[in-house]
Amino acid sequence: MKSLTCVDRRQSRRLVEALAALGAAALVLLAACAQTPAKPAPAAAPVDAAWLERVTYGVDGATLASYRRLGRAEFMDLELGLRAASLPAAVQAEIDALEITHANTERLLADVNTENKRINALTDNAEKEQARKVLNDRGNLLAYEAARRHLLRAVYAPDQLREQLVWYWLNHFSVHQYKANLRWLVADYEERAIRPHVLGHFRDLVLATLRHPAMLQYLDNAQNAAGHVNENYARELMELHTLGVDAGYTQADVQALAHIMTGVGLNTGPAPNLKPEWRSLYLRDGAFEFNPARHDFSSKQLLGHTVGGRGFREVEEAVDILVHQPACARFVARGLAQYFVADSPPPALLERMARTFTATDGDLAAVMRTMLDAPEFRASLGGKFKDPMHYLVSAVRLAYEGRVIVNTHPLVNWLNALGEPLYGRQTPDGYPLGESGWASSGQVSRRFEIAKTIGSGSGGLFDPEDGSHPASGGFPQLANRVYFDAIEPRLSPTTRTALDRATSQVEWNAFLLASPEFNYR
Amino acid sequence: MHRRQLLAYAAAASALTVAGRLFAAPAAPARFLLVFLRGGYDCANLLVPYSSSYYYESRPHIAVPRPLDADPLGALALDGDWALAPAVRESLAPLYGARQLAFIPFAGTDDVSRSHFETQDSLELGQPVAAARDFRSGFLARLAGLLTGPAPIAFTDSLPLVFRGNKDIPNISLKSVGKPAFDARQADILESMYAEHHLKAAVADGLELRQEVARAMEEEMTAANRGAITTKGFELEAARVGRLMREQYGLGFIDVGGWDTHVNEGAARGALATNLESLARGLKTLADAFGPEWKSTVVLVVSEFGRTFRENGNGGTDHGHGSVYWLLGGGIDGGRVAGTQLRVDASTLFENRDYPVLNDYRGILGGLFRSMWGLSAAQLERVFPSAAPRDLKLV
Repeated sequence: MKSLTCVDRRQSRRLVEALAALGAAALVLLAACAQTPAKPAPAAAPVDAAWLERVTYGVDGATLASYRRLGRAEFMDLELGLRAASLPAAVQAEIDALEITHANTERLLADVNTENKRINALTDNAEKEQARKVLNDRGNLLAYEAARRHLLRAVYAPDQLREQLVWYWLNHFSVHQYKANLRWLVADYEERAIRPHVLGHFRDLVLATLRHPAMLQYLDNAQNAAGHVNENYARELMELHTLGVDAGYTQADVQALAHIMTGVGLNTGPAPNLKPEWRSLYLRDGAFEFNPARHDFSSKQLLGHTVGGRGFREVEEAVDILVHQPACARFVARGLAQYFVADSPPPALLERMARTFTATDGDLAAVMRTMLDAPEFRASLGGKFKDPMHYLVSAVRLAYEGRVIVNTHPLVNWLNALGEPLYGRQTPDGYPLGESGWASSGQVSRRFEIAKTIGSGSGGLFDPEDGSHPASGGFPQLANRVYFDAIEPRLSPTTRTALDRATSQVEWNAFLLASPEFNYR
Repeated sequence: MHRRQLLAYAAAASALTVAGRLFAAPAAPARFLLVFLRGGYDCANLLVPYSSSYYYESRPHIAVPRPLDADPLGALALDGDWALAPAVRESLAPLYGARQLAFIPFAGTDDVSRSHFETQDSLELGQPVAAARDFRSGFLARLAGLLTGPAPIAFTDSLPLVFRGNKDIPNISLKSVGKPAFDARQADILESMYAEHHLKAAVADGLELRQEVARAMEEEMTAANRGAITTKGFELEAARVGRLMREQYGLGFIDVGGWDTHVNEGAARGALATNLESLARGLKTLADAFGPEWKSTVVLVVSEFGRTFRENGNGGTDHGHGSVYWLLGGGIDGGRVAGTQLRVDASTLFENRDYPVLNDYRGILGGLFRSMWGLSAAQLERVFPSAAPRDLKLV
């Protein structure tokens, strides 16, 4: 009877829910199931499950199935997006319905600039406030859509490693949606500057972010012009994007780079009137603009190289100089390894990753391969504390596989509550990659509260976004097949004992989501 | 070790250095709360430089009227030069009269970026602006590392930059306080899962903190149930902060937003006045909530920068430089406008637009901390590297 029930609960969600509704009786069965060793045939070996937890945002049934079907090597190709993988149709339909999917960013930016001018010219204060509110709401909506798309992909995309890389590089080249007009730009920034390059060459990624209006506004290079030099972006380009703060460059290098980057900005209006000799140096791509009239053509010394007299070619040259510094290879390797391997990655691994970076001219897919194939990677499994994004996405993947969420507001709110909203980092350094940034006492207890919320109901994930027809509630079934296959075998005796003390299904859910095993990947 | 015990030890010890760490001296004020007004509040409409005719010329639409007995909307003169905005009069004038409130004009950082983010970071990091920034080292965290007496806490959703460092500093927002999500049995089960884990202390502290907050708020619940007038917004939050700090914390941080008044900020009445009134009531409530401990408490109100001295074309003000800080405490030598000052007119504005900074915040805070906890020069150097402490004799 006991084992029959266990098999049934794996196969029939309805039966399990009915059992759960019986309350205490179901709990006895649940506890019994939790204590029953997992059957060897369908379960992933613990090491495979741990590997999958790290390679994906969190194990789900589809991941387990494709891993078994493909084997590790081909599965890796799938995860890295080297093998064609598409989103479930229902998810793709949700993304297709978003305005950001069809919007022309240059137009959006031009419109918001025009509207800001109109609002500033208004004389009636009430009318002004109202117009500002409308404009703000629109910006909020566009940034929300970007977050919605990002989250839907994170939860449902088969190429899970690629999705994590999109988050990682978006965070590496972090921008803050509440600066200037960035809410109108973050969707395009992620889609065109980050996503296409996460497995490409690092140089292309740097240049794509450098040419994007979001970054140019965020780090003030739009104001950087000959005679009015603004060092903000130049400094961060070296410190946060390419070399790291201890790379040995000087204030003079920062100033040289700032001068090289003069004239790189944006324009949503007509092209400027230029002297004939400058016209061939003028560049425009959407709202991105290089304006030679604002550029300092003098000769500059950057890290021992002389750069000057060539307009935007100087910027490309400077980026070439930066990405070919040995410090850049080490910096890129360290960041990726901190995110995917350990808070303090083994130096030998960093050395090999840096060597791959140098040998392949900054091929990020090759660097990832070196990392994923490393014995240090396998040895690190289960030891990374999940940041809020990993935590929430893994919980939703476990709870709601096979049922597409239609409302991403709850996820956005939970990310806010846990302090890691998308496009929400104020400072250009990006969110912390290590445990110390997320495991303070206040953050841990807040996380446990969210665990309870997720464990005890759907939180509105299935309510239509337009507010009509709220879906019925009900708590998720976390003691599901994926749990028994991939999570339960790795639980410590301490955690098992704690789970056994649960007196209801929702309490058990909260404890599981709060357990050390669920909070590490 | 629990925070309460730490405090008990601290109270029992005189200024005593053990293994390089300093225990709080009981005679000096022992509690410190930093209130950060994010957005850059318009200090010239709080502490009005009424002796300057240039103030009235510069702000044709938003100047606070001169102190006149007949005008209820007029400012309240504090001395021959400065007057208090009428919006805060009811809450703050008694505190000022009791010498429990002082203002420090021309205060701020040497960050001239006029960027909210940059300058907020500068202030919270407390590092020399010219040097490379270490985003993992805020000045209150460095201070907390030197003091074992006052337990630190941030009343914010996430751990603010000012409290980032090596030590695990708890944070909890008191904007809305519900019942703890877990009862004692559940908390015990949760803690048991981490009994042998390196997060054991964080988990236990975090769960305990929720319970502590709930206990400290019982008073509030009881009062509400008896039909007392319910407060809202910052006043409610401040009451909670006062109660919690009174019970168990010595070093606190809270932030308040909504000060970026580019448009339509108003004068004696209006958007800014409403915000200031709510803030002032909150601070008064905070002082009351500390009870007898108010005597040993110091509260400093800061903002990342001041705003342009002249009003802009939208009845507002833009990002400026020098600000006015507020210092409150039951045992301070207040009732005055402190620090280096100058006469406000067109010729004395910084870059022809803002208050200059004559009182660097790192020096002021260094002096304050030295008086409060008897920090040595070497210890102050760790909290505020390369900043000479300045004693304004307020504590």
